[in-house]
Amino acid sequence: MRRVVVTGLGTINPLGKNVSTSWNSLINSKSGISKITKFEVDNFPCKIAGLINDSEINSEIVSNRDQRKIDRFITLGLIAAAEAIKDSGFSSTDESSIRSGVMVGSGIGGLDTIYKNSSILDNQGIRKISPFFIPSSLINLLSGHISILYNLKGPNCSPVTACATGTHAIGDSFTIIKNNKADLMVCGGAEAAICPLGISGFSAARALCDTFNDQPEKGSRPWDKDRSGFVMGEGAGVLVLEELSHAQKRNAKIYGEVKGYGMSGDAFHITKPSEDGNGGYRAMKMALEESQLNPDQIEYVNAHGTSTQVGDMIELSAVERLFGNNKNLFMSSNKSAIGHLLGAAGAVEAVFSLMSMQKKILPPTLNLENPDTKSNINLIPHMSITKPVKNIISNSFGFGGTNASLIFGL
Amino acid sequence: MSDIEERVKKIVVEHLGVEEAKIQSDSKFIDDLGADSLDTVELVMAFEEEFGCEIPDDAAEKIVTLKDAVTYLSANSN
Repeated sequence: MRRVVVTGLGTINPLGKNVSTSWNSLINSKSGISKITKFEVDNFPCKIAGLINDSEINSEIVSNRDQRKIDRFITLGLIAAAEAIKDSGFSSTDESSIRSGVMVGSGIGGLDTIYKNSSILDNQGIRKISPFFIPSSLINLLSGHISILYNLKGPNCSPVTACATGTHAIGDSFTIIKNNKADLMVCGGAEAAICPLGISGFSAARALCDTFNDQPEKGSRPWDKDRSGFVMGEGAGVLVLEELSHAQKRNAKIYGEVKGYGMSGDAFHITKPSEDGNGGYRAMKMALEESQLNPDQIEYVNAHGTSTQVGDMIELSAVERLFGNNKNLFMSSNKSAIGHLLGAAGAVEAVFSLMSMQKKILPPTLNLENPDTKSNINLIPHMSITKPVKNIISNSFGFGGTNASLIFGL
Repeated sequence: MSDIEERVKKIVVEHLGVEEAKIQSDSKFIDDLGADSLDTVELVMAFEEEFGCEIPDDAAEKIVTLKDAVTYLSANSN
């Protein structure tokens, strides 16, 4: 059986412009959530988000001129991809390029670009629409750009499964390598939907936090009694996955192994998760079965944990059902620090999951002041915990009732 | 250098990210200055914006060098 390992990590997110900076902020309980200042939010119920300062975007990787021709989600994805590919030490040859693919997705893609061009069409007419409008907005153009830049001619596509996108991209890439359709995949997710239309849309769906506008860093508080919705974040996470012997042959550094991948559908509601948590439970169980691990071998859950009223408790009960209401099980939500990166969330959280195993540190759940649960599971409030773990499960659930879980092991 | 040529050159520098010194009067946008076909569409849009005119598609197709642009705009701009 072909085994799949992780040989490169890259991210840019509200806590930093690369893996090491953002990881250090994460384990030191820093928050990346701040007040939105780049557009007028006076009339918006939610005025906070996990933002990346433009000065963090390295124009040596994506020039300012190129940034004008691509939506921000592609820029962020290219920055994370550059770090991951450099980190992996891989460079494609004529022979290896056809066995090396790309699968980086996005939940929404170029929303702000679509909005702006729509306004231009209405106000100025068709002749003012840029020829780069469509290619700068399409979600799979991120995978396309990465393939062109790094000469990767294997499988090339982009999943679009809302907030589960990043996790599906990694899981589907794992399956592609396992099934011998590629030896290496650059995979993950990117998102940049913090724009007037994005905030408006999620606010209208009553999904965003609207009670901590004056204390942004307190807004994302999974499992806390005062949680009132998620805080949107932007960024990207990219992993290089590789068949084990392919990685060993080139003496690549190995962060960990992808051991299992599960996915399911709720068949319940367009935005709410199924109340019995059955969808998330089945995704985790499918991943566990593929990994051939026992439930008690999973020591840490990198939760979806978005800080919404309903979702947090449903995930917790599904975890309890599968792994037991167990005080030796640790579970935390990176979203408490970076917000919800939608289609990038699962990918950035996979990066942090692998760092957790490598560094033997479990990151905290910020703002968990009054847990809305009596669960015995250790939700790691406020401060990170030093603890070696061998196997981790990472969950992502999305609008439409789509669920995905990944198991990483050392 | 004429005023029109200077303004055209500035647009080319901005849009194609090439050094001004490398742009000759007969430099071809695609073959010599690294533009692709979408870049040339955007260049024409920028010329229209700068010179307040509309360049029809059949005329735009014939603008392949800096000189072509300057000649067309000298004759047709407002």
